[in-house]
Amino acid sequence: MKWSEIFTSSVGKKLVMGLTGLFLISFLVVHVGINACIWANDDGAMFNRAAHFMGSSYVIRILEIGLMAGFLIHIIQGLVLEFQNRSKRTVGYQVNLGNRGSKWYSRSMGLLGTLILLFLIIHLSQFWYPNRSHQGWLLGEELNLFDRMKTTFSELWVVIIYVLGCFSLCWHLVHGFQSAFRTLGVSNNRYLSMINNIGIGFSVIVSLVFAMMPVSMYLGWV
Amino acid sequence: MEHYTMNLNLKVWKQKNAASKGKFETFEVKDISSEMSFLEMFDVLNERLINEGKEPVAFDHDCREGICGMCSMYINGRPHGPWHGTTTCQLHMRAFKDGDTIVVEPWRANAFPVIKDLMVDRTAFDRIIQAGGYISVNTGNAVDGNAIPIEKEHADKSFAAAACIGCGACVAACKNSSAMLFVSAKVSHLALLPQGDPERKTRVLNMVTQMDKEGFGACTNTGACEAVCPKEISIANIARLNGEYTMAALSADNSHD
Repeated sequence: MKWSEIFTSSVGKKLVMGLTGLFLISFLVVHVGINACIWANDDGAMFNRAAHFMGSSYVIRILEIGLMAGFLIHIIQGLVLEFQNRSKRTVGYQVNLGNRGSKWYSRSMGLLGTLILLFLIIHLSQFWYPNRSHQGWLLGEELNLFDRMKTTFSELWVVIIYVLGCFSLCWHLVHGFQSAFRTLGVSNNRYLSMINNIGIGFSVIVSLVFAMMPVSMYLGWV
Repeated sequence: MEHYTMNLNLKVWKQKNAASKGKFETFEVKDISSEMSFLEMFDVLNERLINEGKEPVAFDHDCREGICGMCSMYINGRPHGPWHGTTTCQLHMRAFKDGDTIVVEPWRANAFPVIKDLMVDRTAFDRIIQAGGYISVNTGNAVDGNAIPIEKEHADKSFAAAACIGCGACVAACKNSSAMLFVSAKVSHLALLPQGDPERKTRVLNMVTQMDKEGFGACTNTGACEAVCPKEISIANIARLNGEYTMAALSADNSHD
């Protein structure tokens, strides 16, 4: 069996989604951890030090390319799957099963993912792109990201977009976290219910902490 | 439960053949007994239509005792109607009230093309079974059923998966028209037993390949299939198939030479 056959089968495509999804989840842990340094109440000193660590080493910059690849594969494969799956039923139903069979967020992964993608484009254009281009795409001098956060999050509409982005992320993760493990073959019900609970906890906590960052800055808590 | 009769409005999908377009037609049925099955209610309607010289509504049915998997109506937005763990033939009219309007549609999936009215072509499932849903046995006398010891938990899980009647409700309910609950039940029921071991890897690979070829969608673990399955097949079987597939695919060689 060829690798291309494995990863282009319906199960293989889901494996790609699950593996990249879990990789992106691991990135969220790093991202939320570093950003939580804004609450050290030291005018961003600790946060900027952590941001400097992430922006001043070739090792991490190479890993960043891997992260980009993870994002791109997850996004492209997700969109392809969404369109392919939709094309399997040309004539729809008059009355839909709706919430009687599944949760709305489980059925809306494509939509939630697209909302997160739109958020991601705004987010990268506000922080990552200006910072990296300021560095000349190598290891040049970085922007003061803490100051940049404060300026960005002084606008109410930006804060609202970020909170909505985190809301989409939360529901996307509630389904995605446990679904990834099912796709990887965890079929033991004892573990599945545990993974489901951990997934809900993870999704809510991570999304809430992310959402609190722009809110804290807007309300002047940091 | 007390017996009662009811008058109903049926909104039924009528389609001459696979090539024609099809549309909903409304029928009124009167004096339907609450003790009738849903299919018997359709029998009453069809008797009347035949007597009036009209075309009866075509629908699939066979055993009418909930074990063959032939009946396949999508009733008020749910495969096999409102009752949990029930086939259409075992759905009784006491599930409805006098004056109800009931919308009846065929399974909708491109892999299950409509043959006529409420009948769909489910031979795609037969071809998936042919691709790997078998075990190698020697001909001759039947072996002693207890010759090979089987762990109780595996035997139970295998039996639960083997309860799948291949009706296709999972495909009908799935937003992706995925056949994964069906295929995973067939893969699990043999993979969990020692008798299924010789073809364990080729089975899962071949059945998934055939499933994709038939035009079913990919599973996104929404759980709609499990919720509507008349035999209450567990979605954990899908996770088992995923694991079986991954292990088989990773350990498979490039060629057979």
